[in-house]
Amino acid sequence: MNTTTQIPENMELVYQYPDSMTKTYTHYCPGCVHGIVHRLVGEVLDELDLREKSIGVAPVGCSVLIYNYFNVDFVEAAHGRAPAMATGLKRTNPDKFIFTYQGDGDLAAIGTAEIIHAANRGELISTVFINNAIYGMTGGQMAPTTLPGMKTTSSPGGRDCKIAGYPIKMSEILAQTEGAAYITREAGTDIRSIRKLKKAIKRAFLTQIEGLGFSCVEVLANCPTNWNMDPWESMLWSKEQMTPYFPLGTYKMREEVKALKV
Amino acid sequence: MAKGMVIIDVERCKGCGLCTHVCPVNILELSPDTFNAKGYRPVTVTDMDECIGCAACATICPDVVFTVYRQRRQRATATA
Repeated sequence: MNTTTQIPENMELVYQYPDSMTKTYTHYCPGCVHGIVHRLVGEVLDELDLREKSIGVAPVGCSVLIYNYFNVDFVEAAHGRAPAMATGLKRTNPDKFIFTYQGDGDLAAIGTAEIIHAANRGELISTVFINNAIYGMTGGQMAPTTLPGMKTTSSPGGRDCKIAGYPIKMSEILAQTEGAAYITREAGTDIRSIRKLKKAIKRAFLTQIEGLGFSCVEVLANCPTNWNMDPWESMLWSKEQMTPYFPLGTYKMREEVKALKV
Repeated sequence: MAKGMVIIDVERCKGCGLCTHVCPVNILELSPDTFNAKGYRPVTVTDMDECIGCAACATICPDVVFTVYRQRRQRATATA
């Protein structure tokens, strides 16, 4: 950082680097929403003063190296098993704050059983779920959330729903489970939705702190590299193409969660 | 007198350009002639006097490049 810059006396600090994050440069592609959501998680951990009592569970996927970027304890789970690992961590350390951070290849494909049962049991964990409709880390293959007709490296002619089935709507599924207290889908693609997303993450984290049940925030994200777009174009594409299939909104919010002050 | 001010951590920037699209006063652009250590063209401010300290750039930045300052409110009303 340029420390030589003089800050005029009448200026106050509006935004600075979150304390909960390390200064490590992220490995994400330029313009990836992962970076934005990492930052929001860091800000919320700071605001709720959770840094010293949090344990994160890292997934497999683009965010597999998330433990390098946060100043909190992390464990690495097998592919898709983050909610199962988080369950064990929370049950043995009920005073800790446990969150998982998963992508759509992790949560919606190989880890579907784990997340549904964790939600159904009402485990006191919080999940941040990044949905960018593609497998980013392995080179842009078709994911369960890939949109109908969308071209990927493993569906070069576009996703044919007769063969590959339909995109899975995880938030709607999780909202049906009894144990879930707060299930919402937000976007991370423009200023307004990012501000809303931060509030949603904060509410989800508070849900766990207050012991109200399972909480999950799904984030509609982008993948400029594997969608073959420039970052801004991918943000617009996510907004225009993904939002109609994956409608934004809160799918489940118990009264107690609604009463939380965010 | 500028209402706001941003400090850019040039080495963190990956030149994705998202901030240049969301800046309401259009003072951000990718550097036309310099590179950072990673080889990206980092974002630069063309006219800091125009900055309003809205922190839109910091809100969308995936790499936490920006530190944002804004004029204190009571001081702003006193001078107005």
